[in-house]
Amino acid sequence: MTEMPNHATDTGPATPAEATTPGRAVPATPPPGPGGKRVRKRGERGPLASLALHLGLLAAVVVAVFPPFWLLVTSFKPRNEAFGLDLVKDFTTENYTHVLGETAFLTWFGNSVLVVVLTVALGVFIASTTGYALSRFKFPGMRPLLWTLLITQMFPVAVLIVPLYNLMAKFQLLNQPIGLVITYLTIAVPFCAWMMKGFFDTIPISIDESGRVDGLSPFGTFWRLVMPLAKPGIAVTGFYSFVTAWAEVAYASAFMTGEDELTLARGLQTFVNQYTQDWGSMTAAAVLIAVPAALVFGFAQRYLISGMTAGAVKS
Amino acid sequence: MRRALSKHWYAWTMIAPVVIVIGVIIGYPLARGVYLSMTNADERNVERTIGARTLEATYEFVGFDNYVEVLTGDAFWGRMGWTILWTVSCVTLTFAIGLALANMLNRKVRARALYRVLLILPWGVPAFVSIFAWRLLFNDDGVFNGVLTGGGVEGVTWLEDPTWAKIAVIAVNVWLGVPFMLVATLGALQSIPGELYEAAEMDGAGPWQRFTNITLPSIRTVSSTVILLSTIWTFNMFPVIFLLTQGGPYGSSEILVTEAFNLAFVRSPRDFAGSATWGVLILLILMIFAVFYRRSLRKQGEVW
Repeated sequence: MTEMPNHATDTGPATPAEATTPGRAVPATPPPGPGGKRVRKRGERGPLASLALHLGLLAAVVVAVFPPFWLLVTSFKPRNEAFGLDLVKDFTTENYTHVLGETAFLTWFGNSVLVVVLTVALGVFIASTTGYALSRFKFPGMRPLLWTLLITQMFPVAVLIVPLYNLMAKFQLLNQPIGLVITYLTIAVPFCAWMMKGFFDTIPISIDESGRVDGLSPFGTFWRLVMPLAKPGIAVTGFYSFVTAWAEVAYASAFMTGEDELTLARGLQTFVNQYTQDWGSMTAAAVLIAVPAALVFGFAQRYLISGMTAGAVKS
Repeated sequence: MRRALSKHWYAWTMIAPVVIVIGVIIGYPLARGVYLSMTNADERNVERTIGARTLEATYEFVGFDNYVEVLTGDAFWGRMGWTILWTVSCVTLTFAIGLALANMLNRKVRARALYRVLLILPWGVPAFVSIFAWRLLFNDDGVFNGVLTGGGVEGVTWLEDPTWAKIAVIAVNVWLGVPFMLVATLGALQSIPGELYEAAEMDGAGPWQRFTNITLPSIRTVSSTVILLSTIWTFNMFPVIFLLTQGGPYGSSEILVTEAFNLAFVRSPRDFAGSATWGVLILLILMIFAVFYRRSLRKQGEVW
């Protein structure tokens, strides 16, 4: 993430001279067409169009990259210069040492990791068998289940948060990571089951049949033959569950209140609010939160792109 | 019945975990939420534990009183108007920008892979982290104002002016949403056979005609799905408003979902019944929208 912006400016502008020859170069100059216009082959652009294309993409890249980039830059500035406009004047890591050493950040980090691991493991595991059953079998109750999965994804936080809060209070699960895991499963499970169904749909049914012919039970077929092929699906649903648990704000803000029980999404809010304005610590903590997420994203990214289309959209 | 059981038992066993999970942690709370919305529950009369003592719940059933109160008051409709404006502008802008960028990436262009990675970068950063990054930029002493004052223009109090605050939250939400749109529409664009464009070009169709007559119809299935998803997500988008402006200034950027949250968890005394009522109403609005959306797609001959 660090060097990306430079990267962009290095390769980005692709000097107009180069950009005029996308793909293969045009051999010599084609004879000028009527009216002095150069005749271009299909799919080729003039130098101006190429320049405009690159400028447009570059502008978009700058907008996309700048906020996280600036967060990163600010995290290395001394606390009282958080709003300086210069890139690096007095490089310091004091924000990081402060956040790691003198705040409860590491505790929050641990809480978040615990919640994330449980949510991902449970969410993906529970959802995959259902996705498989929905994709392969026709059984009574299939359509209502599909509809339920779809409709629950429309549920606003607002409709479940109050009853869940009261239930958690009743069972003493407020301020407990497990309470948050249960809550996140309400978000992750319907989505994952729906996505997994889409993925299993793309795996040819002949594979199942060959497994059955070789004497595997339906569960055996699922577990030994189909699951290993559904890795992209697992990556996408795992990523989704991860993001849900790592970055959810509303439930975490309502259910977790004790200083030592906060998750990262709630903890970050404590640095900048109406009482304190500790931008230095906030930026350092934000970077530390973003790095694991970026790593997971980088890993899941190639599956996401194929998966989004195969799983969600075509189903 | 026995035959059905012996034939379908494995399918039913496989879906059992999800059915149980949905029933216990979604179905039951949902039913309870609907029930709560018909009571006068607030923080003083729900079941709660103080020290070792547990106080019994003492709230009562009040029927549709809450709904009457909410629907005849100004607060709900005021928030509703802004929520619709917010949703429409966010979805339109996100889709337009996402599709435009996807179109730019769907041609031969140098460093295409690099552009793509950088453009979906916002997706890889947790949303709440990005929102704090934007707060840093929008701050009174932040980069935007720094640049403005540097250029001799007076700075803007972005998040303290009702109009600018609204523009700011929309901008941030669009920024967060474009990568998803970009990826989804790029996938759809890549599946359009190139011959279609060749044929259209032979027939003398200009770029804009090709876009409206080939591109848009070809990606219809994908775009109708992502627009529906994006509408629902934006309508329910909690963190952007809650973390960027806290609904301010003076509640002007509060959408329905954040307001419902405030009723139960921010304002005092906590009004659980009122919040549940808002929650149920929001769900109803979304479901009505989804039904109409689906019907209008069907009318246009879509088998979705």
